[in-house]
Amino acid sequence: MNFLVTLINGLSLGGVYALIALGYTMVYGIAKMLNFAHGDIIMVGGYTVLVALGTSGKPIFTVIACVAAIVVCCILGVTIEKVAYKPLRGASPLAVLITAIGVSYFLEGLAQIFFGTNAKFVKIAEMGILHIGGLSIGWDTVITLLVSAAIMAALTLFVKMTKTGRAMVAVSEDKAAASLMGVNVNAIITVTFAIGSILAAVASIFYLMRYPTLNNTMGAMPGIKAFTAAVIGGIGSIPGAMIGGIVLGIIECVFNSTPLAPYTVAIEFAILIVLLLVRPNGILGKKRREKV
Amino acid sequence: MALLEVNDLQVNYGLIRAVKGVSFKVEQGEIVALIGANGAGKTTIMHAINGIIPKAGGNVVFDGNDITATPAHKLVGMGLAQVPEGRRIFGELSVFDNLKLGYYCKNDAKHFNEKLEEMYTHFPILKERSRQIAGTLSGGEQQMLAMSRALMSDPKLLLLDEPSMGLSPLYVSNVFEIIKQVNKLGTTVLLVEQNAKMALSIANHAYVLEIGNISASGTGAELLGNESIQKAYLGG
Ligand SMILES: Nc1ncnc2c1ncn2[C@@H]1O[C@H](COP(=O)(O)OP(=O)(O)OP(=O)(O)O)[C@@H](O)[C@H]1O
Ligand SMILES: [Mg+2]
Repeated sequence: MNFLVTLINGLSLGGVYALIALGYTMVYGIAKMLNFAHGDIIMVGGYTVLVALGTSGKPIFTVIACVAAIVVCCILGVTIEKVAYKPLRGASPLAVLITAIGVSYFLEGLAQIFFGTNAKFVKIAEMGILHIGGLSIGWDTVITLLVSAAIMAALTLFVKMTKTGRAMVAVSEDKAAASLMGVNVNAIITVTFAIGSILAAVASIFYLMRYPTLNNTMGAMPGIKAFTAAVIGGIGSIPGAMIGGIVLGIIECVFNSTPLAPYTVAIEFAILIVLLLVRPNGILGKKRREKV
Repeated sequence: MALLEVNDLQVNYGLIRAVKGVSFKVEQGEIVALIGANGAGKTTIMHAINGIIPKAGGNVVFDGNDITATPAHKLVGMGLAQVPEGRRIFGELSVFDNLKLGYYCKNDAKHFNEKLEEMYTHFPILKERSRQIAGTLSGGEQQMLAMSRALMSDPKLLLLDEPSMGLSPLYVSNVFEIIKQVNKLGTTVLLVEQNAKMALSIANHAYVLEIGNISASGTGAELLGNESIQKAYLGG
């Protein structure tokens, strides 16, 4: 029974990691860059929630705060791409990576100027406990699990079924060939950043429901773990990011429920290292060919 | 006015000038062949026309519009499609999805189905394999898919970069038959080919490219009969 609760908890946390990991993996697949600042989008989402909630405890403000976080993160992600990354299209990957690290520090610095360094407590919503078949699970856990599953299903359908989704796959494979088909590669990159940032905003809401303290580096830990999840799943692969996130969430919750809890993070990264030794391209990763 | 006019086109790779001021024309309704040895600059010219690689000088006029600075993704909608060298199909997508991408610039379900049927008639194997992941097709099947994908947009001008590459002799003649047929139906063709004999035999006009310059031109038949060209490109 207890194990079942741990498992559901792990799936729920895994859903959060998966949402973040999708942002890393989609941007990597399409723009061929590691968006080091992705974790900080989560942080900005957190502060947006904080501001939008204000001091009111009314449920309607929770909804407003969630919508505000999504809108702000989406605009921020697209703007970062336009201002910082687009001018570097075709530059060396190292230059792009350094720029992304710079954007990350910039956002953290900005948050520090506005909100200081003291951690803030964010209570997004008062949720009860679900009692079902002898199990007791927090509603926040259940909602996180359901919503992230629904988002992942929707994203999968979007990529498989829509014209834009097909264009995204085409761009990730071969930009020049995609442009010969009439695909506007820059527009597809913009869409990718928008989707990744929206997913990060949703993740920030769920992450804060679980760990309700907010400071200007709060994005670092979920960011690095989700990045790990994306690499475990095979960076560039959408289903890979989902699997990687869920695997990581389950591992984390399982170890946290044992006496090994203090070593959970170390164990997670150890698993990453071992997996990469066995499967250098991750679970679903493929070797990529690069062409002009 | 010619459908495609390339004037004094120059292309650089870094400090190296790969195309050194090339001019040629493709008249409406023609098949024009561009032949030349490996490394002569044929693919470079094709990519420069399509805007995939930047031009260092000269201009390109297509269908009355100066497209020298037009971004690559706008050209297919204007009627300029390309079968790039090395096929460049989308290996992770199904055959059907590749064909859909070939129709990306348009939005007409009925016309799409007509074009699809047309491609399946040209290449019945693609119909059989429509759900197969394109990366798992044989090389020759991929070449057929690349050709169909480009034809889906119903182009005014089709740029073909070595469409016979990797095909068995039977399919080579099949592909050349289809090029002729497509041309008869109204599509103008600019053809780059290693198989110079085949290319010249179907071309109205041809240009010979030698390290970035055009060294000879004439009708297909003239060049086929030219002794030095026979020596250099036709294996005898
Ligand atoms: N990306 C590149 N960077 C540097 N040089 C290049 C690049 N692409 C092509 N070249 C050079 O430009 C010249 C022309 O190449 P191109 O591919 O246009 O030749 P081609 O006529 O198509 O040859 P082939 O018949 O072998 O396909 C060659 O010398 C080639 O080495
Ligand atoms: Mg070539």
